[in-house]
Order: sequence, then structure tokens, then C-alpha cells
Amino acid sequence: MLGLLTVTAIAIARMDQLFAAVMLFGIYSLLSAALFVVMDAVDVAFTEAAVGAGIATILMLGALALTSREQHAVPRSRHWIALSVVVITGAALIYGTLDMPLYADPNAPAHLHVVPRYLQQSMQEIGIPNVVTSVLASYRGYDTLGETVVIFTAAVGVIGRLGIVPEGVVESKTGGMEHHLILRITAKLMLPLILLFALYVQFHGDFGPGGGFQAGVIFASAFILYGLVFGMRSVTRVAPSIVVRTLAAAGVLIYGGVGVISLLLGGNYLDYNVLGDQPKDGQHLGIFLVEFGVGMTVAASMISLFYAYASYKREE
Amino acid sequence: MQIFGLYNYWIVIILMMIGLYVVIASGNLIKKIVGLNIFQTSVFILYISIGKLQGGTAPILVEGVTSYSNPLPHVLILTAIVVGVATTALGLALAVRIYGAYDSIEEDEIQKQDATS
Repeated sequence: MLGLLTVTAIAIARMDQLFAAVMLFGIYSLLSAALFVVMDAVDVAFTEAAVGAGIATILMLGALALTSREQHAVPRSRHWIALSVVVITGAALIYGTLDMPLYADPNAPAHLHVVPRYLQQSMQEIGIPNVVTSVLASYRGYDTLGETVVIFTAAVGVIGRLGIVPEGVVESKTGGMEHHLILRITAKLMLPLILLFALYVQFHGDFGPGGGFQAGVIFASAFILYGLVFGMRSVTRVAPSIVVRTLAAAGVLIYGGVGVISLLLGGNYLDYNVLGDQPKDGQHLGIFLVEFGVGMTVAASMISLFYAYASYKREE
Repeated sequence: MQIFGLYNYWIVIILMMIGLYVVIASGNLIKKIVGLNIFQTSVFILYISIGKLQGGTAPILVEGVTSYSNPLPHVLILTAIVVGVATTALGLALAVRIYGAYDSIEEDEIQKQDATS
């Protein structure tokens, strides 16, 4: 698996056709998702598969459509300089790994601190089988809040660079695949399933792999599929750009709001214990709300990223 | 065993270096972003490799299983992936705007235009 990854990465590096490089990057993402499953990181694999192979590839293709598809060949001199820098750095890093603990070594420092507590106490303290979710939303709620804000900010940044969809006058290049019968019917069949799956992932994240980040991305991919096949005009009728932008902000607000409420109820910021009668109930409620906020922000941000790329028109 | 035990890290480093090579050598802005993404994924694999535990299983608590892989790197990386795509999108947006202004996303051409104007 790792060998395949390397081969794909080298192929990407050598490819002058940007279109092919981007497609290969999708494959690379999917391979790494499979690798994450092998290494027990099911939640991560989920995210990588949805994000890397789905949304990232679409965004890159969108950017290619707006720019050019070929790159100039790398000049010889530059090739050798880059290669030597890379080989020297790589050799230094490999020398560094000789001091690292062996792969999957139970005595590695990473397994000895903090984590045993998460694994042993989280059932009593939080009462959710999926430890990844409890760490994400509760123990490390601050980090996750920060990351949600970063996603929101990036979406704002992209909208700022590419402009927003003007209401009503949307006519885009990506639209107009309605005349492909097979595409249209397959898309219609897939859409409800994707949306249903996204909701399942969102609300089942406490018990199995899943959660707000994954669900948000899957949810957004349904809208992107709809937009690609039926055109921007249809998709903005279902989810107007202004609504999507508001939802992105509202998601962050829900997350931050939960923190403020727990402050007002006498706890620390993002301390969910005070939200319910029992600490565990509070934790459940808090995690539910927070994951909901995350899902909302991620989905809305991804959709508005897609809108921004699909409706961007070059100023002449 | 020693050799095999570090195999994951070495592949990670090779991937990382391929990404770095693309970033340094390629003059095309979008290709550079693809290179950064390869680099980024290699870091993800590094973290998840560190989290793997011998005989462990996915960190979802079930009766009768005592050994789980480390959930902490999973959390960090799962959020990092989504953040990564958002920042990638921002980078691509900048590339698109640069193309709008210079009619090119090749570094050397952009610098030439800057020098003449």
C-alpha cells in the first residue's frame, strides 16, 4: 500500500499535464484513506475519502478550468537543485528516524501519556463509545473550535477573492449537463442516499465512525453533485448563496454559543457537564450541539467554496 | 525487525520529499499546491503511524476489547484534513486571481511581467 502511494506520488511529480496530475491526486487520496483504515484510524479514513478524493479534486479541477491545463517543463538546472535539496533533507530526516520508537510499539511515548486516561475514563466521564468523538468534541473542544473557525475563515477568504454569486443572474460554465440522461438519472438516484448517509454519519458519530466534519463534507458533496449535473441555477434555487453563507456563520456561532452557555451556567468555557442534570447528559447534549455546529459550518463552507469557483467570471 | 519497524516513517519521508520537490522545482502555481497537498498527506500518515498500536483496534469502545489504537492523533488529523482542503481552496483561489491579473500561472512568466512593468 505504501509502495503504491509512493508510485502515485512520483507519477504526480513527473506529470506535466495538470489535469492528469489532479486526477492522480484523487487516487492518491483514496489510497491514503485505505491506508488509514489499515492503521485503525477509521474516522480519519472517512474524512480523507470524502475530502481528498471528492471535494479537493473538484476544487482543483475548478481552478484548472479557470486557468490553464498544462505546465511548462521544469528547467534542467532547477531540477537538479531541487533534487539535491530534497535528497539531503530526506537523508537527514531518515537519520532522525533511527531514534524513533518502532512502528506500533506499545511502549512508545505517544501511547503512555494522556491517552490511557481517554481510553479508560471516557466511558464514565462522557459515556460515548467512540473515543475519537469524545476527544474531538469534549476533551479537546478548544482545538476543534479553532479549526472550525479556520475553515470558516478560509471560506470567507475564498469568497473575498473570487466574489459571491450575484442573486438571480447566475449562468455558469459548469452548468448544463441535464441533457446527459444517464448522468441525470444516476444523480437523482444518488442524491437522497448521499443526504441520508450524511445525516446518519452526523448523528451516529457518537457510536461509530463519523461526526460533524465527515457529515458536513458528505452533505456538501451532495449539493456539489447536484450543481455539477443540473447547473448552478438549479442548485442556487435549492440553497441560495446567502442562506449558505449565513449557515456557515451560524454553525460557528452554535459552537461558540454552547461555550458561552456553559460559562453562564457556572462551568468553564465548553465544559458540558453543567448543561444537563447529570454530567453525562450534559456531555451528550454538548457534544451533539457542537458536532451539529461543526457539520453546519463545514457543509456550508464547502458549498460556498464550490459556488465561488463555479460562478467566478474573469474580469476583462 | 528493526528495519521493518521504521519502514512506515521512511515511506512518509519519501512522500514528504516528493511533495517538497514538486514545490521547489515546479514553476506552476497549481502544481505547487498539489505538491503541498502530497506533503500534507505524508504528515497525516506520519501521525496516524505514530498512533497505531500493536494488536490494537479502532478506538471505539466495545465490550471485551482492551487494546485500542491511540485516538489523539486521529482527532488531530481528522480536523487537519478538513482544514487542509479549506486552505487549499484559498490557495487555488489566489492562483485563479493571479491568472486573471497576469494571464499565466507560471512563476517565471509572472516575474518577467513584474520586471517589465
